[in-house]
Amino acid sequence: MINQLFIMDGHGIYVWSAFLFTMFSFLSLYLIIKAQLVKEQANFANKFYNLSEKKLATVKAKKINKEILVNSPNYNF
Amino acid sequence: MFKNINPSTVFPIINSIFKILFILFIFVLIIGLVEALYLSPKDYIQGHSVRIMYVHVPAAWISLGTFGSIGFLSLFNFIFKNKNFSLIAKSFAPSGLVLCIIALVTGSIWGKPTWGTWWAWDARITSMLLLCIFYILYILTWNVFEKNSNKEKISSIIAIIGMINLPIIKFSVEWWNTLHQNSTVKILSESSIHPSMLLPLLIMTFAFILFTLLIFLMKYKVEVIKFKKKGLERL
Repeated sequence: MINQLFIMDGHGIYVWSAFLFTMFSFLSLYLIIKAQLVKEQANFANKFYNLSEKKLATVKAKKINKEILVNSPNYNF
Repeated sequence: MFKNINPSTVFPIINSIFKILFILFIFVLIIGLVEALYLSPKDYIQGHSVRIMYVHVPAAWISLGTFGSIGFLSLFNFIFKNKNFSLIAKSFAPSGLVLCIIALVTGSIWGKPTWGTWWAWDARITSMLLLCIFYILYILTWNVFEKNSNKEKISSIIAIIGMINLPIIKFSVEWWNTLHQNSTVKILSESSIHPSMLLPLLIMTFAFILFTLLIFLMKYKVEVIKFKKKGLERL
């Protein structure tokens, strides 16, 4: 069983390196896009909560802004 | 016609389905990996190295499909002048590029035990490398140009020109003598792959599709937030 799963008659090095490269690429891309999302959400929240009272009332009426800020630490709708 | 496909209506749907898709992806990936690495049989000629197919082929298929989608969305953007098409196209690009790189790297790894070489400048491999270059050019265009209209126009032109490469990739193994084998999975005629290998291949393809969808949804959210942030700045 160990031979079949890891050594694979000498092909294990090729098979495992291909699978590990794929999983590493998946994880890296996920983490990069996740970091971009968190950064953009924080930037948006920063801009949003620094608006004047009058402008804030206007943008609060838009449902999409609520959806964007739902995970923001200073979420206030 | 495209009134309902706008960020304001799609955003809440993305928030609600993301977790379900993520759990489904993990579940399908685990089943796919067990099938691909342990349960599926070895090939009578290639031995265990055939298992590389379960990551190489789905990556190649989906990177081609993703670029096709980007090309058509860019074309629709030119015709209908709907900015959302370019946002969707842009959001597909990162996963498409990564899958294209995976296809090239795993193909190279598979080439060593099968052909005795890491790389060959044959038609299939070279046209896949060209696809990778088109992806890089497309993504770079969005980051290099200052003016938004220039970004959209030039990236769309790159995507539309890049679409010419897609049938070349598909038929390269039939048009030229290549080291790369012919297609064994066919939609319109009988596939020559054994069902015991087709099942893990389809499961892994489904897992790769789910991953592409997850990355697309996250990237689309990033693009929508950037777009809405500009709206706040204009107030």
